[in-house]
Amino acid sequence: MKLIRRQNADLWNWSPVEQFSTLREEINRLFDSPFGDWTRRTELFNGWTPALDLYEDKENLIVKAELPGMKREEIEISVYDGTLSISGERKYEEKNQDAEPYRSERFWGRFHRTLALPKPVQSDKAKATYKDGILTVTLPKTEEAKPKQIEVNVS
Amino acid sequence: MTTVANVESRGPQTNNATANERGYLVPHVNIIETKDSFLLEAEMPGVSKEGLEVLLEGNELTIVGRRKTGVPGAGPVYRESSPRDFRREFVLDPSIDTSKLSATIDQGVLTLTLPKTEKVKPRRIQVTD
Repeated sequence: MKLIRRQNADLWNWSPVEQFSTLREEINRLFDSPFGDWTRRTELFNGWTPALDLYEDKENLIVKAELPGMKREEIEISVYDGTLSISGERKYEEKNQDAEPYRSERFWGRFHRTLALPKPVQSDKAKATYKDGILTVTLPKTEEAKPKQIEVNVS
Repeated sequence: MTTVANVESRGPQTNNATANERGYLVPHVNIIETKDSFLLEAEMPGVSKEGLEVLLEGNELTIVGRRKTGVPGAGPVYRESSPRDFRREFVLDPSIDTSKLSATIDQGVLTLTLPKTEKVKPRRIQVTD
């Protein structure tokens, strides 16, 4: 598991042109393939969107993501310009060569979630843990963002 | 052959949120068959070993995963996950040796090994003269 503070805005470095051409190729291939085949083209529907929760206490913003069955090194977290980005890939495990699938409901492949943080955070002090398939990212708020009690002296 | 059949549509324990306030989520499940056994994987994020219950009644297998959600002392700002627990039922084929089930849970994924009875396992028969 890596926690990266990005220096450049490479959140947006995907190319829309490339995405569309891939999509068009997919659609073309869809019409080429026999009818019974298209349901197995899971790459068209590989949208895995793990659930994200955001919590806040006095000191921190806390983000939790449901990522069952991942390896720590497959999860990448970055904070840049008030945006938290969590991405990774769950690889299909070939458990047994002679295994026959009966039921297949779990998602495999890449996911990428971004979340605009509602308060400024000290990204260099961010911490992440991964337990029971839940990723928890703790982001301490900047001093300015913390609630303060101001004492007013009445003379 | 429906060896590990689903019965989630049967009975009151369904994923119908309106039917029951304490409704359960139905975990995503993969089932594969190998030579000696069936492997069942169920996704239950947030469930630890302590919150896991695997019940066997005759040939009915029920898996329940209880979990704590939220963050103590912190308020939710935005929430996509469900606070519900997981539950799902299966009917096991008689070819499964129910006395030899084993279960492990790792990073929110339950893996159940359901061995086949000796009878149905493929075997080589020695030819004698």
